[in-house]
Amino acid sequence: MIFLDLFLGFLRVGCFTFGGGYAAIPLIRDVVLDYGWLTEDQLTYMIGVSESTPGPIMVNLATYVGSSQGGILGSLLATLAVVLPSYCIILLILILLKNIIRNPNVKAMLDGMQPCIIGIIVATGVQLSLKACFPHGSMDVRALVIAAILVGIIVFCKKTKRKISPIKLIGISALLGILFYGI
Amino acid sequence: MKAVKILLELFLMFAKIGLFTIGGGYAMIAIIEDAVVSQKKWMTHEEMMELLVIAESTPGPIAINCATYVGYRRKGIWGAAISTLGMVTPSLVIIYTISQFLDNFLEIGIIASAFHGIKVGVGIVIINAGLNMLKKVKKAALPRVLMVFGLIAMLTVNFLSLNISSIALMLTAGLISLAVFKVKGGMAE
Repeated sequence: MIFLDLFLGFLRVGCFTFGGGYAAIPLIRDVVLDYGWLTEDQLTYMIGVSESTPGPIMVNLATYVGSSQGGILGSLLATLAVVLPSYCIILLILILLKNIIRNPNVKAMLDGMQPCIIGIIVATGVQLSLKACFPHGSMDVRALVIAAILVGIIVFCKKTKRKISPIKLIGISALLGILFYGI
Repeated sequence: MKAVKILLELFLMFAKIGLFTIGGGYAMIAIIEDAVVSQKKWMTHEEMMELLVIAESTPGPIAINCATYVGYRRKGIWGAAISTLGMVTPSLVIIYTISQFLDNFLEIGIIASAFHGIKVGVGIVIINAGLNMLKKVKKAALPRVLMVFGLIAMLTVNFLSLNISSIALMLTAGLISLAVFKVKGGMAE
């Protein structure tokens, strides 16, 4: 049943996403592609939209996937599922387990997970970039040029110590898309 | 009556934060700190720092962790629930609305072209975010090894379409780290 699948799928995402929105992207990709809810392209488009609209990325993606599979009830259930673990765990910590965060074993476990998550995030980014530049195994020159321009902008900003937000980068990539792929 | 007023205040404050922060958790933290510590004086700066440690060590959206924590401090379980609800309401409304139109939007030529570009941008933005997070990793052998493990394992899983979830990789890294910690502790004794 789709509503139960949505709830359980996003409960999994909510339970295992440590360290903010970007860490959720690989997990949501797993769930969405496993169940065959969206194509890789649809998901990538929606990640772009989620990063450019207000609110936590995870909640935005849950709402979107839920609504695409089960209408308004689907979006409510997926959002509830992604938020519920975080809500319960914070309450548990506040009420019962004040010191669990300082437990050395818990800390050792988290210290090991953090760098691995970063590796997973970078790998997901590489995977999505390759898919965009080499769709179906053939080379898309225009996409490669856009990628090169974006990398150039990021490197330039790093060198001159300027900050560039994800939303600006997404905006620039949209403009470059219009420029290279036509109106 | 007073309780209702506090709950309403919590709801509106977190709905406002949810509505005006774009780009995920870390952008939100500065705004929450400004609202809760500087303006409302509901929490001290030290409490806010403790909240951050908890938010980073527990799963789920950081913004939700913060809303639940602040709401609970202010008005117990109900405060936590209402704050969390406030935080997700703007997202729900905005994204639900977009989801109704996105497919039709994509049929318009100029929008389809823009999304061709966005598809490239999303991958680059994610790589960049990951590389920025590297700064937080301790400069020691084990974290580096685990970082490379995550990177290579995930790429392999993706390219060979293996049925291994990123959760399994994460937990493996956590257990390796725990094992190393235990062994080191044993040797120290």
